[in-house]
Amino acid sequence: FYLTPSQVNSILKANEYSFKVPEFDGKNVSSVLGFDSNQLPANAPIEDRRSAATCLQTRGMLLGVFDGHAGCACAQAVSERLFYYIAVSLLPHETLLEIENAVENGRALLPILQWHKHPNDYFSKEASKLYFNSLRTYWQELIDLNSGETTDVREALINAFKRLDNDISLEAQVGDANSFLNYLVLRVAFSGSTACVAHVDGVDLHVANTGDSRAMLGVQEEDGSWSAVNLSYDHNAQNEHEVERVKMEHPKSEEKSLVKQDRLLGLLMPFRAFGDVKFKWSIELQKRVVESGPDQLNDNEYTKFIPPNYYTPPYLTAEPEVIHHKLRPQDKFLVLATDGLWETMHRQDVARIVGEYLTGVHHQQPIAVGGYKVTLGQMHGLLTERRARISSVFEDQNAATHLIRHAVGNNEFGTVDHERLSKMLSLPEELARMYRDDITIIVVQFNSHVIGAY
Amino acid sequence: AARMFLRLLSDIQWRAAHPKWRRMTGSQRSTSSTAEPHPVSLPAQAQVVICGGGIMGTSVAYHLSKMGFKDIVLLEQGRLAAGTTRFCAGIVSTARPVSIELKMAHYSNKLYQQLEQETGVQTGYMKTGSISLAQTQDRLISLKRIASSLNVMGIPCEIISPKKVLQLHPLINIHDLVGAMYLPEDALVSSANVSLALATAASRNGVQIHERTSVSHVTIQKGRVTGVETDRGRIQCEYFVNCAGQWAYELGHSGEEPVHIPVHACEHFYLLTHPLQEPLSSSLPTIVDPDGRIYIRNWQGGILSGGFEKNPKPLFTEGRNQLEIQNLQEDWDHFGPLLSALLRRMPGLEALQIMQLVNCPESFTPDMRCIMGESPTARGYFVLAGMNSAGISYGGGAGKYLAEWIVNGYPSENVWPLDLKRFGTLQSSRTFLRHRVMEVMPLMYDLKVPRWDFQTGRQLRTSPLYDRLDAQGARWMEKHGFERVKYFVPPGSDLLDLDHSKTFYKPDWFDIVGSEVKCCKEAVCVIDMSSFTKFEISSTGDQALESLQYLFSNDLDVPVGHVVHTGMLNEKGGYENDCSIARLSKRSFFMISPTDQQVHCWAWLKNRLPDDSNLVLEDVTWKYTALNLIGPRAVDVLSELSYAPMTAEHFPSLFCKEMSVGYANGIRVMSITHTGEPGFVLYIPIEYALHVYNEVMNMGQKYGIRNAGYYALRSLRIEKFFAFWGQDLDAFTTPMECGREFQVKLDKGIEFLGQEVLLEQKQNGVYKRFTMFILEDHDTDMDLWPWWGEPIFRNGRYVGKTTSSAYSYTLERHVCLGFVHHFDEKTGEELVVTTDFINQGEYEIDIAGQRFQAKAKLYPFSSLFTQRRRKDEVELSGYQRE
Repeated sequence: FYLTPSQVNSILKANEYSFKVPEFDGKNVSSVLGFDSNQLPANAPIEDRRSAATCLQTRGMLLGVFDGHAGCACAQAVSERLFYYIAVSLLPHETLLEIENAVENGRALLPILQWHKHPNDYFSKEASKLYFNSLRTYWQELIDLNSGETTDVREALINAFKRLDNDISLEAQVGDANSFLNYLVLRVAFSGSTACVAHVDGVDLHVANTGDSRAMLGVQEEDGSWSAVNLSYDHNAQNEHEVERVKMEHPKSEEKSLVKQDRLLGLLMPFRAFGDVKFKWSIELQKRVVESGPDQLNDNEYTKFIPPNYYTPPYLTAEPEVIHHKLRPQDKFLVLATDGLWETMHRQDVARIVGEYLTGVHHQQPIAVGGYKVTLGQMHGLLTERRARISSVFEDQNAATHLIRHAVGNNEFGTVDHERLSKMLSLPEELARMYRDDITIIVVQFNSHVIGAY
Repeated sequence: AARMFLRLLSDIQWRAAHPKWRRMTGSQRSTSSTAEPHPVSLPAQAQVVICGGGIMGTSVAYHLSKMGFKDIVLLEQGRLAAGTTRFCAGIVSTARPVSIELKMAHYSNKLYQQLEQETGVQTGYMKTGSISLAQTQDRLISLKRIASSLNVMGIPCEIISPKKVLQLHPLINIHDLVGAMYLPEDALVSSANVSLALATAASRNGVQIHERTSVSHVTIQKGRVTGVETDRGRIQCEYFVNCAGQWAYELGHSGEEPVHIPVHACEHFYLLTHPLQEPLSSSLPTIVDPDGRIYIRNWQGGILSGGFEKNPKPLFTEGRNQLEIQNLQEDWDHFGPLLSALLRRMPGLEALQIMQLVNCPESFTPDMRCIMGESPTARGYFVLAGMNSAGISYGGGAGKYLAEWIVNGYPSENVWPLDLKRFGTLQSSRTFLRHRVMEVMPLMYDLKVPRWDFQTGRQLRTSPLYDRLDAQGARWMEKHGFERVKYFVPPGSDLLDLDHSKTFYKPDWFDIVGSEVKCCKEAVCVIDMSSFTKFEISSTGDQALESLQYLFSNDLDVPVGHVVHTGMLNEKGGYENDCSIARLSKRSFFMISPTDQQVHCWAWLKNRLPDDSNLVLEDVTWKYTALNLIGPRAVDVLSELSYAPMTAEHFPSLFCKEMSVGYANGIRVMSITHTGEPGFVLYIPIEYALHVYNEVMNMGQKYGIRNAGYYALRSLRIEKFFAFWGQDLDAFTTPMECGREFQVKLDKGIEFLGQEVLLEQKQNGVYKRFTMFILEDHDTDMDLWPWWGEPIFRNGRYVGKTTSSAYSYTLERHVCLGFVHHFDEKTGEELVVTTDFINQGEYEIDIAGQRFQAKAKLYPFSSLFTQRRRKDEVELSGYQRE
């Protein structure tokens, strides 16, 4: 059973989305040209989420990928809410006051974000009031705090992450009179999500990362070749510093039980995450909330299950690590992607494939016969294969789609193999997760002309 | 690797033969590239300095020295035959569609064949033959057309079946072939060695050859070459020959007065392999597979295969120069499609081992024909360059013609299709060249059907009415950069169909043009003819008249307001140009000639008019929009617009008057048409063009006016037996040979150029005669259409070729125009062609190998002139058009 190339394309392109920064007077004055994003599910439903928005009251653009686990509720909530928390954290005092006054007097609110969403990227209508109230509480506190200092992006990002996670936790503890909402906030809190968020404003690029998604910068060297620069650290067992941090936060007695089989408490792959109150709340709190919660929660073995060796919570935090990078003209693009991509592709390959795609130039190593013995037939075969590689580029109008095509379909020679692609995409739902993870990718393309002029 | 390769392609004998000329220049040959001292200093002066030691330069030197020129210096910036010549694939083939190119290749082949014996230098000459393959019926037709013209030249040539191909070349896959053309006499050579052999012979004849000497620029004074500046000093000279190949453009631009030589280089690839297990025989024929875009020749037991890819890579657009060609990078991905074609043609070669992919720059020109001749601006500055990858095929013949040109003032054949003066400055834009050569290179192997056009470099020169006409469905073709209408597609016609009008058979615009022709004959049509070259010649005294009387064969001393059709003849009575001249006043004349005469005619007049500041020649082409009103109702339209009577009594034929048309005053109206139908040409100052056009169209509505294009014009002029310069007439045709004696005034009392020859012809008769043929048993719907260049047979014997053809909607027959010769049956000697000879023969026209009966006529059908306005209207039939 094989999929035809057009069937393959319709699967790959189902979730693709592109945004081009509008030009003003024939010129794009932003440091961002636009972005391409896409996701390919392995779980049903998919547990990854993505978000992109332009800040309207401050400058800059926000882009993020969110990898959910134990369900998609937390990732969904974070994808809807986090950018509001960040935007609010960045707002100057006067704007916060203005917004508060508008709400107070029932006037129209200043728009804070302009979202760039694929039709499949939904917002939950039911929770919007609840989420809004939590956000309003946050900005009211910010107004009261009024430090008078200009907002530091790094600090704003960290505060926003922590505050949202805190609100998720609180909302679950307080509950809601509406039974649907009550169940929703609990599902959000008991599931988890990583977050990898980029904020681009002029040449200032900040990446805030919590968990094991990854941000990578594509750099074009002087000779035209492509290289990759990491703009985030994975928070997992492979990161020594992260393991060190977790160990520092808990008594030495727990040292052996903290990380087992490369997982936190032997259970969780990412070492930082939103939600996951099972790794944050005390056992008592967990028991109380579950018991008083709706039946569905009580019936769920996972929520009732207390992690082993659970002595000194919290074991998990949503606090991000923030990396600041000053964009240079040679920085051509940024890739944000969940671990589904990075498990299958080396970042160097990602840089090359995206770079070649975006420039339309394929810096394949030119073939030189030199002193080797090559027959006409061998050369012909080699050239045919190279042509196929190039033609696969032209099938995609979206860099993220192109990357997914390679991630899923690459054979051992680094060429997209249709047969393999077809097999991987036609796996039955229950098997798909065994062969691949959800993949979510955002490729942001920078405007070298604007960046060079800074 | 490049140096190694040079030794492979050239023969071992090179060094043995070399000292013979090397000794004369006194330096030592060494294969190392270390700079040698120059033991012999440059002469201070020479008669001819040739720049470029490739196949062209050495061939010119060879022929000049053979023709008796002694004082010749050849300068080469690097080493002899080290440029494109070194990398040439070495195929000498006469399979060329253009007759003059075919003749050059034929001569080259004969020359190279005996060159080894003459010089002692091994040239690697091997008569292998060549096979051109056809994968489609259309391709086979184009091969058959070439075969027809080769056969009548006595060059053996055969159309063969795929099976026969397999017998001649066992490696070929013939499954997709419909036929092929076999030329048994085509040959292979080592082009570097041919070049060295020519240099050796030239050197023996006294030509001084200096390597490692580069020309920085050529000095020109008062429009004449005076010398060349080199890195080793100055040489004064009378003639300079630019044979600098891919550097010709830059060299042309290096001096204070630029000489525009429109060539542009592209990368050109071919593959060399190791020998086959059982080495290929060196006598195996060369294969040309144009549908696969490749050629394949045997090479040292293996093969050499290259081609003309669809997506060429132009290079050096920004004019980067380098001393000798470095071997450019091999680009296998680029060569991929050609390799596929090669393996498809010869699947058995899969296991053959690659030796090298050679990449070398090759020069191309805007129209795929090479460039030769004298600069229009600098006398004595000659050019031979832009060989479009056929340098070795053309080398011998091209060198011969150019040498004749220098020595005799004119080559022995009509080389107008190759003349530098067919180009102007407009073709020298780097952007134009870059875009055009990208089209030209793949076109080398593309199928060329009648009336094909270039698609790049278009919309450069346009009439002010361009947009108006385009909006009304105009389809365009280009001449000398000027957009001209072919025909107008009526609204509602299937456009897609019309774009596919490329065929050797009846084209789909047939009915469209038919209705335009009908309108010209029954009502009135407007044709925009602004592209024509327009000059004004005036003087304070009688200088203008006197000069023109000498340069033109007709009598120009006519009353003011008269228009005269006349040839501009050379010393041999041949047409250098064919024009209409209106006498505007006693001292000023307005001259109209074909579009592509702009450079040639200007140079011809400039070089021959007396150097007198009171005599002014001005090119006013750009100042006027020309509208041709054709048809019986043209007179009505014009008289209504001008409130002036336009009937024959008031406005006789061949008359010129300035008048008002609509609001616009000062419109120059001439009662001439370019078809023989009644009508007028309006020369309108460009700012009035739109106004006058609108007025004409509005007023014309009630007379059934419509737009028409050049295809209608062409059909009309050919059925009226009107010759056209550049197509039917050339520098080797006299008025006597094309029935235009009435345009020659032998007794005008003033001696004129070519007069003697015409007098002699009048007395003794002519050796060829322009004749009109009406095809008898030709089915317009089913049979191949004639184009031009078809052989004419009289009583089964070849007597000449057609020069143009068109379908006559009036006769409902095809009409071909062409020249009939009279070759003696035994000796082949040319005899006088008499009227009786023409009239007493059974004629056939050969279209791609198929012969059609034709009726010959020496005079046009008088019955076609339905609306004769005056008895002397027949005078019109002498008028030129394009």
